[in-house]
Amino acid sequence: MKTKTPKQEIGYQSPLGRRGLRGVALVYLTVLLLIPLFVIIQDGLREGLTGLWHQVTLPIAWSALILTLWTAAIMTIINTMMGTLTAYALVRYDFPGKTIINSLVDLPLAIPTLVTGVMLVVLFGPQQALGALLKEQFGISIIFAPPGIIMALLFITFPFVVRTVQPVLLDLDRAQEAAATTLGAGSWTIFRRITLPPLILPMISGALLSFARAIGEFGAVVIVAGNIPLYSQTAAVYVLGEVESENRLGASAVSVVMIAIAFSLMMLVDWLQQRERKGSL
Amino acid sequence: MTASQGKPAKKERPELTTHPWGRRIIILIVAAYITALILGPVIALFAGAFREGPGAIQAALSQPGVLSAFWLTILIGLFVVAVHAILGTVVAWVFVRDRFPGRNLINGLMDMPFAVSPVVVGYMLLLLFGRNGIFGPLLAPLGVRVAFAIPGMVLATLFVTLPFMIRELIPVLENFGISQEQAAATIGANGWQIFRRITFPALRWGFIYGVTLTFARALGEFGAVLVIGGGVQGRTETATLYIYRALDERNYVGAYSAALILGIFSLGLVLGTDYIRRREQERN
Repeated sequence: MKTKTPKQEIGYQSPLGRRGLRGVALVYLTVLLLIPLFVIIQDGLREGLTGLWHQVTLPIAWSALILTLWTAAIMTIINTMMGTLTAYALVRYDFPGKTIINSLVDLPLAIPTLVTGVMLVVLFGPQQALGALLKEQFGISIIFAPPGIIMALLFITFPFVVRTVQPVLLDLDRAQEAAATTLGAGSWTIFRRITLPPLILPMISGALLSFARAIGEFGAVVIVAGNIPLYSQTAAVYVLGEVESENRLGASAVSVVMIAIAFSLMMLVDWLQQRERKGSL
Repeated sequence: MTASQGKPAKKERPELTTHPWGRRIIILIVAAYITALILGPVIALFAGAFREGPGAIQAALSQPGVLSAFWLTILIGLFVVAVHAILGTVVAWVFVRDRFPGRNLINGLMDMPFAVSPVVVGYMLLLLFGRNGIFGPLLAPLGVRVAFAIPGMVLATLFVTLPFMIRELIPVLENFGISQEQAAATIGANGWQIFRRITFPALRWGFIYGVTLTFARALGEFGAVLVIGGGVQGRTETATLYIYRALDERNYVGAYSAALILGIFSLGLVLGTDYIRRREQERN
């Protein structure tokens, strides 16, 4: 989305046609997007902010939200580092298998997240060779435990940081690095002082996108984490449980908190990307 | 959105700075990470599905309900693609070419389906169309069922796939500009002619990518259709819901085979489009 956005004059359309199209677009978005969002926010706030807070701080709901946040946070840290490193290797180096790695980066976007969950269960499930080995030798459980959640989130969000950092890295002017080399700077100094600074904003955008995406993740997590309250039950799985047991207050309250987190993160990403665009002009 | 960030394909520049060992270590780390994180699970799924031989896969997939689940998934996907292809193009056009109050706010909200949990999406529709929902009781006497029926699942899938088409088209439209359209208008072409002959051909690849990503995302939707559709076997069970049930019933070969087919199908869709585009670029 790194395109210039010049204010474009309205083209050839007659005012009537333009208004008609605008009407169609706005009705479509209102019906599909705004009404559902409005209804759930209103439902979550039915008993006011205190009522919402009460529902959210019930032990099982609270622990589900905290688990969702901390697994997403760990994923974000790993994903930001590895995503930047991957983008760096793909842009700067030539090596055998590079084309394959470049295509593998996009693979998670094309695979349904439920299928991702199934894959991880096949690999790490307690009845599988690798899962059993980890369990017996090291006492590590991945499936039906928080590490599985983090693995699933890492898989799903892998493209986000790579694909936000990569184009910026490609556009970077290499002359400054060459100049620094001439002046005798070491490669780490050059990376830290010259290459890294322009990458910070895209890294943050990618990190926030990954985090926002992870908060709501369901398909992979429900398979991998099981549904153990207070241990491996995430917020999305909690909402499903409350919907199924017809606890409307609890389901709506946690949903509203998740929507609020998603909304603020997406707005922040939007703002960062606009800033970045302005900075690069 | 992220999906719109196509693969940058610039020519490699010579390496300047990194020490040869630093370079080797970085490549090794990246290759190991991707192998463990992505390749490992993909291979495991193949191995899991083929553990009892190809015959078992065929037997598992020919069980009653599997074929109809895949059909339902494809039908919902096609319908959703058709709606977004038309209305998504209208929305993209309006957001690039038109200015109106509230435009920026709605533009920001348009990315929400990307971050809102699918479970919450299904639940929102349940609040609207469920038994105690807002519209549910109004529609019931008319014999229209949305919740726990196909219309609700279509709405849920429309919601989750909303940004893909629009976010593919907006940058292409912005880059295309309006000078050619204006030229056509000067020589007397009307709005529809201009769109069909000038604007749409320029949008073609953005449009094809949008369709592909929308379809792939629709095929894989799970949480939202689970909540609003209920996953009733033979009626509202899609491919993903079948996989979920098969796992639950410990029918592992069935679950793994269906997951493999679904994964290959959506991956093939995306890679196929990519391949065709690259071949066309090479030809030009």
